[in-house]
Amino acid sequence: MNKLQNNKAWLFVLPVFALVAFNAIIPLMTVVNYSMQETFGNNEFFWAGVIWFQDILQSERFHASLGRQAIFTASILAIEMPLGIAIALCMPRKGPWVSVCLVLMALPLLIPWNVVGAMWNIFALPDIGFLGHMLNAIGFDFNFTRQPGDAWFTLILMDVWHWTSLVVLLAYAGLSSIPDAYYQAAKIDGAGGWAIFRFIQLPKLKRVLTIAFLLRFMDSFMIYTEPFVLTGGGPGNSTTLLSIDLVKIALGQFDLGPAAAMSLVYFLIILALSWVFYTVMMRNEEQ
Amino acid sequence: MAKITLDDLRHAYGPNPERPEDYALQQLDFTFEDGGAYALLGPSGCGKTTLLNIISGLLTPSHGKVLFDEEDVTGLAPDQRHIAQVFQFPVVYDTMSVYDNLAFPLRNRGVPEAEVDAKVREIAAMIDLEDTLMNRASGLTADGKQKISLGRGLVRSDVNVIMFDEPLTVIDPHLKWQLRSKLKELHQRVKRTMVYVTHDQTEALTFADKVVVMNVGEVVQIGTPVELFETPGHEFVGHFIGSPGMNILDCEVKGGQAFLHGQPVATSNASAVKDGAEGPLRLGVRPEFVSLSETDGIAADVVKVSDSGRYQIVETRVGDAPVKLLVNEGIEIPAGKTALSFRADRTRVYRDGWLVAGGAEA
Ligand SMILES: Nc1ncnc2c1ncn2[C@@H]1O[C@H](COP(=O)(O)OP(=O)(O)OP(=O)(O)O)[C@@H](O)[C@H]1O
Ligand SMILES: [Mg+2]
Repeated sequence: MNKLQNNKAWLFVLPVFALVAFNAIIPLMTVVNYSMQETFGNNEFFWAGVIWFQDILQSERFHASLGRQAIFTASILAIEMPLGIAIALCMPRKGPWVSVCLVLMALPLLIPWNVVGAMWNIFALPDIGFLGHMLNAIGFDFNFTRQPGDAWFTLILMDVWHWTSLVVLLAYAGLSSIPDAYYQAAKIDGAGGWAIFRFIQLPKLKRVLTIAFLLRFMDSFMIYTEPFVLTGGGPGNSTTLLSIDLVKIALGQFDLGPAAAMSLVYFLIILALSWVFYTVMMRNEEQ
Repeated sequence: MAKITLDDLRHAYGPNPERPEDYALQQLDFTFEDGGAYALLGPSGCGKTTLLNIISGLLTPSHGKVLFDEEDVTGLAPDQRHIAQVFQFPVVYDTMSVYDNLAFPLRNRGVPEAEVDAKVREIAAMIDLEDTLMNRASGLTADGKQKISLGRGLVRSDVNVIMFDEPLTVIDPHLKWQLRSKLKELHQRVKRTMVYVTHDQTEALTFADKVVVMNVGEVVQIGTPVELFETPGHEFVGHFIGSPGMNILDCEVKGGQAFLHGQPVATSNASAVKDGAEGPLRLGVRPEFVSLSETDGIAADVVKVSDSGRYQIVETRVGDAPVKLLVNEGIEIPAGKTALSFRADRTRVYRDGWLVAGGAEA
């Protein structure tokens, strides 16, 4: 059959393109512009080529914060994904407790990020905070403002507390959409709990878990507010993640060129890793 | 292999059932003989799935017992009952190959791998899945997936009964027919009891040796397809089975003689009707057993003639009551006034829906 070409539909999409351009592409191009120039103030700019990119890629400081960022993201993913699935599996499937559980689970997600940081900062203070005080009372030498290990512990605990719910809610939605017949068939086939998880629940959750993984990956890789409020990147530079480092360079030192180059590298790393994860996780999926 | 006995079985989903309406399944006593092909036929929501799930153990009945041979299995879980069930929507384990799907129930039961392999290949050949044995199950079409579900029941040698809950709902029409004949053929080969749930009379009548007709939680008749057609035990069976369904007409019975719109009608059981009993009386006769008669008979008006291919469906009126009859292709139908004759041995009186027992035939 001869398909009639009708390009008028593009007109409807144009406003969105315009908006996206205004929102994303224009600011991004500004960054690209900065990343290739040198400025000494007075609004004077000089062409710098790819110097800033070379600097960034060779900078030990950048490598160090990238390394910390990778450890942080890997840790929280390794904890939040299994924990989220486990909690979702334990949640009731019907009855009055469903809504109670869902509301409890959603609560941490509703708290503004800077409040979460402030909450945990106070909560973990070694002298007056409940967590810090208790840990010291039972014999740990806990002080997250002085000891890097303790700072990391608090940081990861805070993120797990704040974001595991997202994985739980997505996994729970996925579990609820599995038709009863699958469980009934499994019962008749004599499948045990592990086999049900491995061959029914996990495959059916694959899509939502991919989404949960990508969201958590991107969010945690870009995390700024909470660690900034909690530790400010310290003690020393021990919890200085990429975004905190970036802000230090851009606003602390006002090095616009290097900061812009770093932003772009940062952005490309997230983009590339997301693509890799998505491709790997979806490789067995047929259309 | 075992016969399955339902002993005073009832089921209510809610707690504290009191009225009959509280029960999804009314009282039921019945035995499925070993090796039989049964169909559970009834409209949506009549309790077919409920009954099936009770037999398979997915549901525990609120009253009564289920016996396999003489053993009471009411409290046993599905995997301890030696049953298999195929559901309305195909259930396959997506990440496994067809082979692993078929092997799954055996491996779960600790069957040695060599035996698993032999059995899986035997069954795959039986249900025409040999070519796709190593493919991923999720890539198959709906009928292929439904064959896998069926295959998972057939591989097990311990299965007493295979139950099908409207298994052809999502299958394309031309494949439906193929799969149905396959089921019938398999039944003859493996000689397992099969219970087939459907709301489609053609499916039920072609598959089963015995059909259990259900309506609102109640079994209204159990019989062979011929019995259901020739001797409906309830008005519901009469109009649910057959196309068009049985004519059901208000009537009067005086002194063992039935009258339709004031005209006497010969029936097989009017003599058994007791005067003064409760419930409305109605006459049931299938369109197949009504004919036009030139001479005498019940006065009627022809309203409409429609062609259904092999025969013509003639709609007439006796008084206000519509009466349908089937007339062979090619026969001229007179317009306007005519007379009808009902075949006496296939014309019956029903009281309150149920066939009045007795009379010449019974
Ligand atoms: N889990 C349940 N809880 C409460 N009531 C139920 C439940 N399942 C079924 N029922 C009710 O029991 C009755 C019988 O349902 P059932 O599913 O057995 O019917 P069915 O004959 O299989 O219908 P269909 O042809 O639509 O599959 C219906 O009135 C239904 O609403
Ligand atoms: Mg059903």
